[in-house]
Amino acid sequence: MKEEQNIFEFIDLGTVDYVEAWEKQKQQVEQCQQGAKDTIFLCEHPAVITLGRLGNRENLLLLNEIKSRGIKIIDIDRGGDVTLHSPGQLVVYPVVDLRRFGRDLKFYLVKLEQVVIDFFKEFDILTERKPGKTGAWFGEKKIASIGIGVKKWISFHGMSLNMGNDLTLFSLIRPCGLDVQMTSLDEIKKEHVDLHKAKEMLVHIFSNTFTREMVNV
Amino acid sequence: MSDIKVPELGEGIEAATVACWHVQKGDHVKADDDIVELVTDKASFNVPADAGGVVTEILVAEGREVEIGKTIAVIDSQA
Repeated sequence: MKEEQNIFEFIDLGTVDYVEAWEKQKQQVEQCQQGAKDTIFLCEHPAVITLGRLGNRENLLLLNEIKSRGIKIIDIDRGGDVTLHSPGQLVVYPVVDLRRFGRDLKFYLVKLEQVVIDFFKEFDILTERKPGKTGAWFGEKKIASIGIGVKKWISFHGMSLNMGNDLTLFSLIRPCGLDVQMTSLDEIKKEHVDLHKAKEMLVHIFSNTFTREMVNV
Repeated sequence: MSDIKVPELGEGIEAATVACWHVQKGDHVKADDDIVELVTDKASFNVPADAGGVVTEILVAEGREVEIGKTIAVIDSQA
Protein backbone atom coordinates (compact mmCIF):
# COMPACT_ATOMS: atom_id res chain seq x y z
CA MET A 1 0.00 0.00 0.00
CA LYS A 2 2.73 2.42 0.99
CA GLU A 3 4.34 2.32 -2.45
CA GLU A 4 1.17 3.37 -4.24
CA GLN A 5 1.29 6.87 -5.65
CA ASN A 6 -2.42 7.48 -5.88
CA ILE A 7 -3.76 6.37 -2.53
CA PHE A 8 -5.88 9.49 -2.27
CA GLU A 9 -8.25 11.08 -4.71
CA PHE A 10 -8.17 14.88 -4.63
CA ILE A 11 -11.16 16.79 -5.97
CA ASP A 12 -11.16 20.56 -6.35
CA LEU A 13 -14.74 21.78 -5.95
CA GLY A 14 -13.82 25.41 -6.61
CA THR A 15 -16.14 27.89 -4.90
CA VAL A 16 -19.09 25.91 -3.60
CA ASP A 17 -22.06 26.49 -1.32
CA TYR A 18 -21.37 25.11 2.17
CA VAL A 19 -24.37 22.78 2.26
CA GLU A 20 -23.58 21.41 -1.19
CA ALA A 21 -20.04 20.53 -0.08
CA TRP A 22 -21.40 19.03 3.16
CA GLU A 23 -23.77 16.81 1.16
CA LYS A 24 -20.92 15.71 -1.09
CA GLN A 25 -18.90 14.71 1.95
CA LYS A 26 -21.78 12.70 3.40
CA GLN A 27 -22.24 10.86 0.09
CA GLN A 28 -18.52 10.18 0.01
CA VAL A 29 -18.60 8.88 3.60
CA GLU A 30 -21.15 6.26 2.50
CA GLN A 31 -19.05 5.34 -0.53
CA CYS A 32 -15.96 5.13 1.61
CA GLN A 33 -17.79 2.76 3.96
CA GLN A 34 -18.30 0.54 0.93
CA GLY A 35 -14.61 0.60 0.07
CA ALA A 36 -14.20 3.69 -2.13
CA LYS A 37 -10.85 5.42 -2.17
CA ASP A 38 -10.15 8.06 0.49
CA THR A 39 -11.11 11.35 -1.11
CA ILE A 40 -10.01 14.84 -0.23
CA PHE A 41 -12.17 17.76 -1.32
CA LEU A 42 -10.62 21.20 -1.66
CA CYS A 43 -12.81 24.26 -1.95
CA GLU A 44 -13.72 27.81 -1.00
CA HIS A 45 -17.08 28.88 0.39
CA PRO A 46 -19.13 32.06 0.08
CA ALA A 47 -19.26 33.64 3.56
CA VAL A 48 -20.90 31.24 6.01
CA ILE A 49 -20.74 30.57 9.75
CA THR A 50 -20.86 27.03 11.10
CA LEU A 51 -21.46 25.85 14.63
CA GLY A 52 -20.06 22.50 15.76
CA ARG A 53 -21.97 20.01 17.90
CA LEU A 54 -21.21 21.68 21.20
CA GLY A 55 -21.04 25.16 19.70
CA ASN A 56 -22.15 27.99 21.93
CA ARG A 57 -24.44 30.54 20.24
CA GLU A 58 -23.01 33.20 22.55
CA ASN A 59 -19.93 33.01 20.33
CA LEU A 60 -21.98 34.64 17.55
CA LEU A 61 -21.06 38.16 18.60
CA LEU A 62 -22.78 40.43 16.09
CA LEU A 63 -26.00 38.70 15.14
CA ASN A 64 -27.59 41.75 13.51
CA GLU A 65 -24.59 42.34 11.32
CA ILE A 66 -24.39 38.66 10.41
CA LYS A 67 -28.03 38.88 9.36
CA SER A 68 -27.67 42.16 7.47
CA ARG A 69 -24.73 40.76 5.52
CA GLY A 70 -26.84 37.73 4.60
CA ILE A 71 -24.39 35.30 6.16
CA LYS A 72 -26.02 31.97 6.97
CA ILE A 73 -25.44 30.23 10.31
CA ILE A 74 -25.46 26.45 10.02
CA ASP A 75 -25.46 23.87 12.83
CA ILE A 76 -23.28 20.98 11.74
CA ASP A 77 -22.05 17.56 12.82
CA ARG A 78 -18.42 18.18 13.64
CA GLY A 79 -16.45 18.77 16.82
CA GLY A 80 -15.33 22.26 17.78
CA ASP A 81 -17.26 25.46 18.25
CA VAL A 82 -18.00 28.27 15.79
CA THR A 83 -16.02 29.10 12.69
CA LEU A 84 -16.37 31.21 9.59
CA HIS A 85 -15.56 30.50 5.98
CA SER A 86 -15.31 33.08 3.21
CA PRO A 87 -13.81 33.42 -0.27
CA GLY A 88 -10.03 33.21 -0.35
CA GLN A 89 -9.87 30.74 2.53
CA LEU A 90 -8.65 27.27 1.56
CA VAL A 91 -11.00 24.65 2.95
CA VAL A 92 -9.99 20.98 2.95
CA TYR A 93 -12.39 18.10 3.63
CA PRO A 94 -10.59 14.76 3.79
CA VAL A 95 -13.04 11.86 3.70
CA VAL A 96 -10.74 9.14 4.93
CA ASP A 97 -11.03 5.76 6.61
CA LEU A 98 -9.43 6.18 10.03
CA ARG A 99 -9.17 2.42 10.41
CA ARG A 100 -6.17 2.83 8.09
CA PHE A 101 -4.68 5.32 10.55
CA GLY A 102 -4.92 3.40 13.79
CA ARG A 103 -8.52 4.29 14.81
CA ASP A 104 -7.13 7.18 16.79
CA LEU A 105 -8.86 10.57 16.66
CA LYS A 106 -6.05 12.41 18.38
CA PHE A 107 -3.43 10.94 16.08
CA TYR A 108 -5.45 12.00 13.04
CA LEU A 109 -5.98 15.55 14.35
CA VAL A 110 -2.26 15.89 15.09
CA LYS A 111 -1.50 14.74 11.54
CA LEU A 112 -3.89 17.32 10.13
CA GLU A 113 -2.08 19.95 12.20
CA GLN A 114 1.20 18.69 10.78
CA VAL A 115 -0.11 19.08 7.22
CA VAL A 116 -1.02 22.69 7.99
CA ILE A 117 2.31 23.45 9.70
CA ASP A 118 4.29 21.90 6.82
CA PHE A 119 2.12 23.74 4.29
CA PHE A 120 2.81 27.18 5.77
CA LYS A 121 6.49 26.30 6.16
CA GLU A 122 6.67 26.08 2.37
CA PHE A 123 5.84 29.79 2.39
CA ASP A 124 8.49 30.48 5.06
CA ILE A 125 5.85 30.91 7.72
CA LEU A 126 6.59 29.04 10.91
CA THR A 127 3.40 28.07 12.71
CA GLU A 128 2.98 25.89 15.76
CA ARG A 129 0.55 23.91 17.87
CA LYS A 130 -0.82 25.14 21.17
CA PRO A 131 -1.60 22.51 23.81
CA GLY A 132 -5.34 22.02 24.14
CA LYS A 133 -6.07 24.40 21.26
CA THR A 134 -6.09 22.28 18.13
CA GLY A 135 -5.17 24.23 15.02
CA ALA A 136 -2.13 26.11 13.76
CA TRP A 137 -0.88 29.31 15.33
CA PHE A 138 1.42 32.07 14.17
CA GLY A 139 2.55 33.61 17.43
CA GLU A 140 -0.65 34.38 19.32
CA LYS A 141 -2.75 34.53 16.16
CA LYS A 142 -4.60 31.61 14.68
CA ILE A 143 -4.08 30.84 11.01
CA ALA A 144 -5.90 27.53 10.57
CA SER A 145 -8.81 25.76 12.25
CA ILE A 146 -9.56 22.05 12.43
CA GLY A 147 -12.74 20.12 13.23
CA ILE A 148 -13.93 16.68 12.16
CA GLY A 149 -16.92 14.38 12.26
CA VAL A 150 -16.61 10.59 12.20
CA LYS A 151 -19.11 7.93 11.12
CA LYS A 152 -18.08 4.29 11.36
CA TRP A 153 -14.48 5.45 11.46
CA ILE A 154 -14.82 7.45 8.25
CA SER A 155 -13.79 11.02 8.92
CA PHE A 156 -15.27 14.08 7.23
CA HIS A 157 -15.22 17.86 7.68
CA GLY A 158 -11.58 18.94 8.13
CA MET A 159 -9.65 22.15 8.13
CA SER A 160 -9.71 25.72 6.93
CA LEU A 161 -6.57 27.69 6.19
CA ASN A 162 -6.63 31.45 6.06
CA MET A 163 -5.01 32.58 2.82
CA GLY A 164 -6.44 35.69 1.16
CA ASN A 165 -9.79 35.77 2.94
CA ASP A 166 -11.20 38.90 4.58
CA LEU A 167 -10.09 38.64 8.21
CA THR A 168 -12.41 41.42 9.38
CA LEU A 169 -15.32 38.97 9.08
CA PHE A 170 -13.97 37.02 12.05
CA SER A 171 -15.00 39.94 14.27
CA LEU A 172 -18.58 38.69 13.81
CA ILE A 173 -17.80 35.64 15.93
CA ARG A 174 -15.56 34.36 18.71
CA PRO A 175 -13.65 31.83 16.57
CA CYS A 176 -13.60 28.37 18.13
CA GLY A 177 -15.04 29.99 21.27
CA LEU A 178 -11.69 31.65 21.93
CA ASP A 179 -10.83 35.31 22.34
CA VAL A 180 -8.28 35.15 19.64
CA GLN A 181 -7.16 37.13 16.63
CA MET A 182 -6.97 35.42 13.29
CA THR A 183 -4.26 35.94 10.72
CA SER A 184 -3.71 34.74 7.17
CA LEU A 185 -0.96 33.89 4.74
CA ASP A 186 -1.55 37.08 2.76
CA GLU A 187 -1.48 39.21 5.90
CA ILE A 188 1.84 37.74 7.01
CA LYS A 189 3.46 37.72 3.58
CA LYS A 190 1.99 41.12 2.66
CA GLU A 191 1.27 39.77 -0.81
CA HIS A 192 -1.38 37.70 -2.50
CA VAL A 193 -0.58 34.02 -2.87
CA ASP A 194 -2.23 32.22 -5.77
CA LEU A 195 -4.77 29.75 -4.38
CA HIS A 196 -4.36 27.32 -7.25
CA LYS A 197 -0.66 26.91 -6.50
CA ALA A 198 -1.44 26.68 -2.81
CA LYS A 199 -3.86 23.83 -3.47
CA GLU A 200 -1.19 21.93 -5.40
CA MET A 201 1.16 22.39 -2.49
CA LEU A 202 -1.41 21.15 -0.03
CA VAL A 203 -2.16 18.04 -2.09
CA HIS A 204 1.52 17.19 -2.15
CA ILE A 205 2.00 17.68 1.59
CA PHE A 206 -1.18 15.86 2.54
CA SER A 207 -0.19 12.84 0.43
CA ASN A 208 3.29 12.70 1.88
CA THR A 209 2.15 13.11 5.46
CA PHE A 210 -0.58 10.50 5.39
CA THR A 211 0.77 7.94 2.93
CA ARG A 212 3.66 7.05 5.18
CA GLU A 213 1.31 6.56 8.12
CA MET A 214 -1.10 4.26 6.37
CA VAL A 215 -1.65 0.64 7.40
CA ASN A 216 -3.66 -2.09 5.72
CA VAL A 217 -7.02 -3.01 7.25
CA MET B 1 -29.16 -7.59 25.50
CA SER B 2 -26.44 -5.55 23.85
CA ASP B 3 -24.68 -2.74 25.69
CA ILE B 4 -23.69 0.40 23.83
CA LYS B 5 -20.36 1.45 25.31
CA VAL B 6 -18.15 4.47 24.72
CA PRO B 7 -15.51 3.01 22.38
CA GLU B 8 -11.77 3.52 22.48
CA LEU B 9 -11.24 6.72 20.52
CA GLY B 10 -7.46 6.93 20.59
CA GLU B 11 -4.41 7.15 22.77
CA GLY B 12 -4.78 9.55 25.66
CA ILE B 13 -8.53 10.05 25.19
CA GLU B 14 -10.15 9.06 28.47
CA ALA B 15 -13.62 10.54 28.12
CA ALA B 16 -16.09 12.06 25.67
CA THR B 17 -19.21 14.19 25.92
CA VAL B 18 -22.60 12.93 24.77
CA ALA B 19 -23.53 15.51 22.12
CA CYS B 20 -26.82 14.05 20.93
CA TRP B 21 -28.82 10.88 20.92
CA HIS B 22 -30.06 9.79 17.50
CA VAL B 23 -32.59 7.42 19.14
CA GLN B 24 -35.03 7.41 22.03
CA LYS B 25 -35.99 4.73 24.50
CA GLY B 26 -38.37 2.33 22.76
CA ASP B 27 -37.01 2.93 19.24
CA HIS B 28 -36.31 -0.01 16.98
CA VAL B 29 -32.80 0.07 15.52
CA LYS B 30 -30.92 -1.99 12.99
CA ALA B 31 -27.35 -3.18 13.34
CA ASP B 32 -24.98 -0.40 12.24
CA ASP B 33 -27.52 2.39 12.79
CA ASP B 34 -25.91 5.39 14.46
CA ILE B 35 -27.14 5.54 18.05
CA VAL B 36 -25.36 8.45 19.64
CA GLU B 37 -22.90 11.18 18.75
CA LEU B 38 -20.01 11.81 21.12
CA VAL B 39 -17.68 14.78 21.08
CA THR B 40 -14.09 14.95 22.18
CA ASP B 41 -12.21 18.19 21.60
CA LYS B 42 -12.37 18.84 17.84
CA ALA B 43 -13.97 15.56 16.80
CA SER B 44 -17.52 14.29 16.85
CA PHE B 45 -17.90 10.52 16.72
CA ASN B 46 -21.00 8.49 15.91
CA VAL B 47 -21.42 5.21 17.77
CA PRO B 48 -23.34 2.55 15.84
CA ALA B 49 -25.43 -0.32 17.21
CA ASP B 50 -23.67 -3.70 17.19
CA ALA B 51 -26.99 -5.50 16.77
CA GLY B 52 -30.56 -4.64 15.88
CA GLY B 53 -33.32 -4.51 18.47
CA VAL B 54 -35.19 -2.13 20.75
CA VAL B 55 -33.50 0.60 22.77
CA THR B 56 -34.44 -0.24 26.35
CA GLU B 57 -32.16 2.10 28.28
CA ILE B 58 -30.52 5.46 27.67
CA LEU B 59 -28.23 5.97 30.62
CA VAL B 60 -26.50 9.31 30.00
CA ALA B 61 -28.04 12.68 29.23
CA GLU B 62 -26.88 14.94 26.42
CA GLY B 63 -24.11 17.30 27.55
CA ARG B 64 -22.69 14.85 30.11
CA GLU B 65 -19.15 13.58 29.98
CA VAL B 66 -18.60 9.83 30.06
CA GLU B 67 -15.51 7.70 30.44
CA ILE B 68 -14.25 5.40 27.70
CA GLY B 69 -15.71 1.92 28.14
CA LYS B 70 -18.77 3.02 30.07
CA THR B 71 -22.17 1.62 29.06
CA ILE B 72 -24.42 4.45 27.89
CA ALA B 73 -27.37 2.59 26.38
CA VAL B 74 -28.84 -0.90 26.20
CA ILE B 75 -30.44 -2.59 23.21
CA ASP B 76 -32.65 -5.67 23.60
CA SER B 77 -31.82 -7.67 20.51
CA GLN B 78 -34.51 -10.27 21.25
CA ALA B 79 -37.32 -7.72 21.07
